[in-house]
Amino acid sequence: MSTGATGFLERYEAAVGRLPGDSALRAAAAAAFKVAGLPGGTPRARPVEAWKYTSLRPVAEATFQASPKHEAETLLSGLTLLDAPRLVFVDGVLRADLSDASPTMTTVGHSATVAPLLTGGSFTAGVQIARFADQPDFGTLTWPDREPMVALNTMLASDGATLDVPAGVDGGIVQLVSLSGGQGDFHPRHSIRLGKGARLTVVEISAGQGVYLLNTVAEIHVAAGAHLTHIRLQDEAATAFHVSTTYADVVAGGTYDSFTLNLGGRLSRTEVHTQLSGPGATAHLNAAQILAGSQHADFTTVVSHTAPSCGSRQTVKNVLAGRSRGVFQGKIEVARHAQKTDGYQMNQALLLSPYAEVDSKPELEIFADDVKCSHGATVGELDAEQMFYLRSRGIPDADAKSILVRAFLAEALDAVADETIRGLLETAVEQWWERQKA
Amino acid sequence: MAAVTETLDTVQSVTQSGYKWGFETTIEMDFAPKGLNEDIIRLISARKEEPEWMLEWRLKAYAAWLTMTEPRWARVDHPPIDYQDLHYYAAPKKKAGPKSLDEVDPELLKMYEKLGIPLKERAILAGVDPDTVENTQIAVDAVFDSVSVATTFQATLRKAGVIFCPISEAVREHPELVKQYLGTVVPTADNFFAALNSAVFTDGSFVYIPKGVRCPMELSTYFRINARNTGQFERTLIIAAEGAHVSYLEGCTAPQRDENQLHAAVVELVALDDATIKYSTVQNWYPGDANGKGGIYNFVTKRGACRGARSKISWTQVETGSAITWKYPSCVLLGEDSVGEFYSVAVTNNHQQADTGTKMIHVGKGSRSTIISKGISAGHSNNTYRGLVKMLPSASNARNHTQCDSLLIGDQSGAHTVPYIESRNLTAKVEHEATTSKIADDQLFYCRQRGLSEEDAVGLIVNGFCKDVLKELPMEFAVEAQKLLAVSLEGSVG
Repeated sequence: MSTGATGFLERYEAAVGRLPGDSALRAAAAAAFKVAGLPGGTPRARPVEAWKYTSLRPVAEATFQASPKHEAETLLSGLTLLDAPRLVFVDGVLRADLSDASPTMTTVGHSATVAPLLTGGSFTAGVQIARFADQPDFGTLTWPDREPMVALNTMLASDGATLDVPAGVDGGIVQLVSLSGGQGDFHPRHSIRLGKGARLTVVEISAGQGVYLLNTVAEIHVAAGAHLTHIRLQDEAATAFHVSTTYADVVAGGTYDSFTLNLGGRLSRTEVHTQLSGPGATAHLNAAQILAGSQHADFTTVVSHTAPSCGSRQTVKNVLAGRSRGVFQGKIEVARHAQKTDGYQMNQALLLSPYAEVDSKPELEIFADDVKCSHGATVGELDAEQMFYLRSRGIPDADAKSILVRAFLAEALDAVADETIRGLLETAVEQWWERQKA
Repeated sequence: MAAVTETLDTVQSVTQSGYKWGFETTIEMDFAPKGLNEDIIRLISARKEEPEWMLEWRLKAYAAWLTMTEPRWARVDHPPIDYQDLHYYAAPKKKAGPKSLDEVDPELLKMYEKLGIPLKERAILAGVDPDTVENTQIAVDAVFDSVSVATTFQATLRKAGVIFCPISEAVREHPELVKQYLGTVVPTADNFFAALNSAVFTDGSFVYIPKGVRCPMELSTYFRINARNTGQFERTLIIAAEGAHVSYLEGCTAPQRDENQLHAAVVELVALDDATIKYSTVQNWYPGDANGKGGIYNFVTKRGACRGARSKISWTQVETGSAITWKYPSCVLLGEDSVGEFYSVAVTNNHQQADTGTKMIHVGKGSRSTIISKGISAGHSNNTYRGLVKMLPSASNARNHTQCDSLLIGDQSGAHTVPYIESRNLTAKVEHEATTSKIADDQLFYCRQRGLSEEDAVGLIVNGFCKDVLKELPMEFAVEAQKLLAVSLEGSVG
């Protein structure tokens, strides 16, 4: 099969008419992707500021390979999961037999394919789940003409989860698990809508084997007073490419609280666009990236304050070993009428190796005067005084380093309020350490 | 107490509105025809009596410029510039070339007076014996449009071994130094405006401080744009040899007029082992009127190379003028333990646009840099800090500290911060802090309660906000800069 942008476009041409959803939107996305191509995908590609530090040349040049011993069941059994309902996607397609919904979840639309998820019981309250074809707001928040990878997803997406939480309902936790290992590229498309005063925690976990591209897009609506906690644990195969783009629209008094932990993948890009469009809306976009080898991970955020009295908080930490490269790009935009905005952003990077690299671009774009916006960034190695303190107490060099790195990370994970979920992430970090030792 | 009174006096003394330095002297000009081509460059080179190698250097830059496009990444917006609609050469008509100050056109001398060239040097220009003002000497190499007309203190400087002359003279008199350093910090094809400057620059200053010499006085050049439709393309080259020390001051005002004027200067600094260069700028070119009509386009490339161990380059700038400012005074810190500094105040009001900042490129071990940037936006203006701190793998134990603060006055302006931080050395430390806020109501209330008008209160608070930068300026400039801040913000409140 052809690789790079041409290959994607050929696949789209072949599938036109058979894909669900708005076909005009897909055609427009394909046209946009044809013009833009993969960011940095060819040596002659025009440099794009939003992709200054990340080039998808490796994706364009990759030959996707199925893992020889790929079995979704094996992958799934190797994962640590929460004791909560889960929807499992294998190579981007929902696998009802591996999924496990709770009695409080209901299905809408293509109920025949989602029904097997349900283990019975009352469907009167809770989360309504549906598949991609039933997404009522496909593409309403996205900008495929600005983001080529979103254009690519929009043109090829065929499956994904649609989660709806009715007003006033606490939907509990839903896990979205992505297991990849097939040959190729997968473009899941999720939609999450919270009604007024609703609550939900979504935990996205991705893992896999082999050489593949997972290119997810999620569109999120948080209604007045609603609260969405969105956790992402990215632990893809060390040979894989992971691109995830989230758009969240938060209205009056709503909260979008997200945390991203990037551990895996040869190259990953996590992009979060949050619009605070109602007074008093809040967004937390926290993240930690722990990288080794020749991994490259890019965490990029745009927070648009378009209504007054909104707040945004971001703490992003990078721990970089080996020849890895960590990227953080964070932009806070404050519109003319978004007075009383309170925006804060902190970016810290810890370099553990002389060959690691960190690139950081915290950006403020402010058009309102009565605002409080600030950002801070620090880059460096472990604090010499702290090391000395531990060493002088007889702790060996390697252990002292490990203690300080863990402390640095623990601070990042503190942003996750739910203890069970924090535990899950801590376990993932521990496993990452074990893998580095091996 | 005295300081407060002084500040109040200062604020009061500048409350008359309008641009008080907006006048135009009428001196016969000698123009080259409009437009830019190889012939114009040959003409410039011939008028400057340049050697062949200099002409070739210019033509090479011109060839590079032809292949380049105007940069569009800055947050500035302006109608397209027609580079063929400008005069690239204009010289005040001279009779025989002034050999002494007596021969200087009295119109020019009057102009310096109106400009308020500070302290003694006006007296010196008027013929007072230099020996009587030995202690507060400031040498002035006055740039009137494109040709340096009067240079003072040459004798004192010559005694110290310092070369301070128009760059065109340096090309003729010190070709070996010019050849060795010109274009080595800002290469001819560095960027669109630098290439243009390299092709057509007509004047600017050249400074060489020999080994171990501490320049006996502050060097100051007044740049002034005077001729209609004349782009100003200065080229400044300052070299501080081993252990040398120099402080260079650059101040600008320009006559008020409606047409936009293009200004694309290049400044190159070279500091060798243990050398220090301090470069201070007060830029107050015509910013355009309250509706955004007119004003100078200021596209400047300023860069310093700390080539030697323990060398130091310090940029201080107060940018209050120009319709558009596009300027990033930078330091390439090559030497071990070299130091780069950038202190900046940028004020925009009405429809001004400023996109300014710095680059600190750390190459040498133990190199250190400090960035302090204060942006103030009022009216309908946009003010952007854009900066890069880069730690290369060789920059072990390098340090950077960056503080950039923005102050918004009024709800129609914009303040933007775009810092880039790139580190490839684990022992290098980078710290960056940025804040954006408005003048706090309680601060304003406190001042108003004590009888200050709102405008005076704002002036006072803004001066406090900029204190960290203003204190880096040489004393005479600090006073002028304070006045400028208040003038620039006139009409922004109430």
